[in-house]
Amino acid sequence: MTLRNSAAVVGAAEVPPSRTTTGMTTLDMIATVAAAAAADAGVAKDEIDGLLVGPQVGETPQHVPATVAEYLGLRPRYADLVDLGGATGAGMVWRAAAAIQAGMCETALCVLGNIREGDPPRSPNRNPIREFDVPYGGSGANQAYAMVATRHMAEFGTTAEQLAQVPVFERANARFNPDAVFHDKPITVDDVLASPMVMEPLRLLEVVMPCGGATAVLVTGRGSARRFRRRPVWLRGAGEKVTHRALSQAPELTTSPLAAAIADAYRMAGVGPSDLDLLTPYDCYSIMLAVTFEDAGLCAKGSAGPWMAEQDFSHTGNLPCNPHGGQLACGQADLAGGMAHLVEAVRQLRGTAEGRQVADPALALVTGNGATMSEEVALVMEADS
Amino acid sequence: MSIPKPGPTPVPMSKPFWSATAQGQLVVQRCQGCGTHQHYPRVVCRHCWLTELDWVTCSGDGRVWTYTVVHRPGHPAWEPEVPYVLALVELDEGPRLMTNIVNIAPAEMRVGLAVRAVFDDTADTSLVHFAPVDRPLPTP
Repeated sequence: MTLRNSAAVVGAAEVPPSRTTTGMTTLDMIATVAAAAAADAGVAKDEIDGLLVGPQVGETPQHVPATVAEYLGLRPRYADLVDLGGATGAGMVWRAAAAIQAGMCETALCVLGNIREGDPPRSPNRNPIREFDVPYGGSGANQAYAMVATRHMAEFGTTAEQLAQVPVFERANARFNPDAVFHDKPITVDDVLASPMVMEPLRLLEVVMPCGGATAVLVTGRGSARRFRRRPVWLRGAGEKVTHRALSQAPELTTSPLAAAIADAYRMAGVGPSDLDLLTPYDCYSIMLAVTFEDAGLCAKGSAGPWMAEQDFSHTGNLPCNPHGGQLACGQADLAGGMAHLVEAVRQLRGTAEGRQVADPALALVTGNGATMSEEVALVMEADS
Repeated sequence: MSIPKPGPTPVPMSKPFWSATAQGQLVVQRCQGCGTHQHYPRVVCRHCWLTELDWVTCSGDGRVWTYTVVHRPGHPAWEPEVPYVLALVELDEGPRLMTNIVNIAPAEMRVGLAVRAVFDDTADTSLVHFAPVDRPLPTP
């Protein structure tokens, strides 16, 4: 029993990231994008009988699926909350497929959204990170990825100039995405190196910008996937791996759990890195993309720095990567930012990416990454043939 | 008025750790079954799930596994401290922990640096910091 090609994404929508949002609750945001995804698919509301949502920091700490279902007038047969940080969106897709295959629902809405009015509340954590990391000034995500970058540089000689290529190519790609926060704002390696140091060795332009926004996809089973108005995009393979929460507990620093998740996704899909036509990898920081390229087997461990310099990651390049600009150019709408990589893969694989369409892509690798490079999901998505 | 730094938040399981740091000692758990050392403290060995764990005193020696120099802290209480060194130290006994490296200029930091635990007995805190082994903290 495998999930390979058992289900497809038949609808996708996004409320593009914005620096601030006003006049909306989180539920309003979620409902807006849910309705847009249903309209995109041509799915009637009452055909949706599965609902997957994410955690919310303030508005609805508990009973999230029921609260969202009630607002939307849904009465799902399968209701779930997925809590994998930036990997939540990708993690929802295989869970939806598994629920569909098990007969627990037929068409599932996977939705993530957040508002951003001023600074979000500080984490109310009372866990080991609060006890053993925060008292040393180790709050937030920046320090963890900076420490990964430090170690990568020390082990492999990776340079700041090499990592700076990541936001440079993503900003270049975002010239073709009018929805990106940094649309039409190309930058150079020198710009990155001249931007303020945040946590050494990571500078401001290598760090994702927090935003509000939302994303949603509709997943349905093999039998009904071609019934809707869009070309289905098939789930060809999936893998997941969680190894730690605090970086002090990570088994390794320069190989992420994505290596295992991607290997599982390739195995289910029966493909390898050379079969991919498109990458939409999670990119909260420059170093995350470098590590992901290595863990996806696209280049040898430690070689991402020089390897990236030889690639053309544009939508017309040899290896299109985040043609929308990724989160470094689009902004990160909290958990929806992770799902935005899936939404871009869906648009590309069904041929609706408009001004940045990759020529006839068949296979895409989508990744999600959460916490301190700790909770990871990889998907291989396939165009309908 | 400055924002107070959030200090440690001991729970029953971790009280021996913080009591020891207040006495100038670094202790971690060691599993009676498999011998694995672990930090932070847990009710089970993370390696074999045995619940019989001893507290053992560490040498206090370790090496910098990785680090960052913080210019923009994740919490506003640390803004007056920048730039400061945040590090993960791998103890000779095996466990890794987050800490600050003190008595060193940020530019002198490197992965693999040999460091030793130092305890600040001048403040009402029991945090454990590390300093280069060839440069112990001056006696206050």
